[in-house]
Amino acid sequence: MSGAIVLPEAARPDRREWVAFLRRLAARRTALFGLLVVAAVVVTALAAPLLSPFDPIEQDLGDLRLKAPGFRDSAGRLHPLGTDHLGRDLLARVIYGARPALLVGFAAVAISGLMGMAAGLASGYFGGRLDDALMRLADIQLAFPFILLAIAVIGVLGPSLQTIIIVIGVSSWVVYARIVRGAVLTLREREFVQAALALGGGDGRVVLRHILPNVFTPWLVVATLDMARVIVIESALSFLGLGVQPPTPTWGGMLADGRVYISTAWWLATFPGLAILITVLGINLFGDGLRDTLDPRLKL
Amino acid sequence: MRTFLLRRLWQSLVVLFGVSFVVFAILFLTGDPALVLLPPDASAEDVRRFREVMGFNDPFLVQYGRFLRGALRGDFGQSVRHGEPAFDLVLERMPATFELAGAALLLALCLAIPAGIVSAVRRNSALDYVATVVALFGQSLPTFWLGIMLILVFSVQFSWLPSSGRGTLQHLVLPAITLGLFTTARITRLTRSGMLEVLNQDYIRTARAKGVSDPPVVWKHALKNAAIPIVTIVGIELGTLLGGSVITETIFAWPGVGRLSVQAIANRDYPVVQAAVFLLATTFVVVNLLVDVIYTYLDPRIRLR
Repeated sequence: MSGAIVLPEAARPDRREWVAFLRRLAARRTALFGLLVVAAVVVTALAAPLLSPFDPIEQDLGDLRLKAPGFRDSAGRLHPLGTDHLGRDLLARVIYGARPALLVGFAAVAISGLMGMAAGLASGYFGGRLDDALMRLADIQLAFPFILLAIAVIGVLGPSLQTIIIVIGVSSWVVYARIVRGAVLTLREREFVQAALALGGGDGRVVLRHILPNVFTPWLVVATLDMARVIVIESALSFLGLGVQPPTPTWGGMLADGRVYISTAWWLATFPGLAILITVLGINLFGDGLRDTLDPRLKL
Repeated sequence: MRTFLLRRLWQSLVVLFGVSFVVFAILFLTGDPALVLLPPDASAEDVRRFREVMGFNDPFLVQYGRFLRGALRGDFGQSVRHGEPAFDLVLERMPATFELAGAALLLALCLAIPAGIVSAVRRNSALDYVATVVALFGQSLPTFWLGIMLILVFSVQFSWLPSSGRGTLQHLVLPAITLGLFTTARITRLTRSGMLEVLNQDYIRTARAKGVSDPPVVWKHALKNAAIPIVTIVGIELGTLLGGSVITETIFAWPGVGRLSVQAIANRDYPVVQAAVFLLATTFVVVNLLVDVIYTYLDPRIRLR
């Protein structure tokens, strides 16, 4: 017998199911709107040098400090969002701030998503002591107030882009693991899996070719919603000074600066926060739409 | 039921064990705890002597055993910065953090549960729409930004409320709102979906068909069943609140454990950090255990496990 296993028709989500799913998703206008917003933010981050009117790091300690939005400088250039305490254009910094946010977002979600997927598959499929051990590990992880653990670890290791990506990534795998595990537990008993095993398929093959594709969509929903959470955490850590270090602009870091000048220059704190809000809102709208298209009863 | 609770108790103990281990191991992340605890300009001789005194040359497990024994006694060593026992410093500030987290949770429950219920009962009405949108915003707002904006409006612009410190009820308002908004949004959505799910069940339809008028139907059957996921979430949210207090306390200069921890980390005062993380994690585990006990009263099916 060759290595290939013939699948019953309904086992793998084939192209028609995908298209139907995408069509249902596209019908939800809020989800589409959210996706548009996210796309806009991604484009902004990627095309930052093209979009930004000024250099985000260039300081001007002369008379360009703390100018209100709409200020025109001596060279006649407009600063739509004003300038900060070091004379840097705020719009430029907000635009460039999208980069660390999205970078950390994607990278951390990738790490925790992969870890969680692996753990969930193993836990759900093999069960028994492995499952117990992994779930106990999850409980231990969840018992910690995350921020505290993060700042303790970053405090010891020193703040940098890599550090926060790893810290956030490693600590978030539990949500993914739980969802994947739940899905695997249901799928494990279905006929097509039993059939594949009876036909002589090894565990590895069954997991990869039959279970994984069906687990993918719930995993994707978690990943989307988690990304929103990660972006907020990244800005929180940057706010505390534990994220990407200055002079690289981060939304959280700008909020920390803005807090100092809150009574004299309200725009410093307002606009970066608005940027975070818009980004996260877009992701949440899209993620909600994704979840509702998949199964509105899912308690995600 | 007893086996369920005993099992949960055992699990909690295992979790606490794990917590203590992680808290202990943080210092060893870079390999040498002496380098972490000492200022960067310490001489090699100082480092060597420090290691001797602190017992860092002993095997890892021996050190862990020592740490664990100390932790159970409430001894986490002296605060590097303040010279007082680390545990006492943390314990002093627990009431402040509990006050803030408690106020936030109370606010969340008082706002979210009625909002969620009304939303579900009057589905797709204007009220439902508003509540849903506000809840969505609430979950998307970064809390520290909200805190800063609230200070901007209520303290700077109109001097209605104080922006820092603890003391009167006014001092509690802004921090509680800041900390509680995310939780409020979350519980609103959960209450709404929980109620919707229950209200669509057959037994509700049957009760209605039998002619039982709406309010008794809603309150009696629906609430009791929707209460279960809410109780679960409260346990989890407490963890979020305890963690979120770190940022909120920093913004509002609230004298709680969160703020102490951030300062301690900035001062490299790791005994305090260890004591704080351990205490907060323990609180979280205990609360969840209590939530499970309440669970057994709410859901008879659990008792049979």
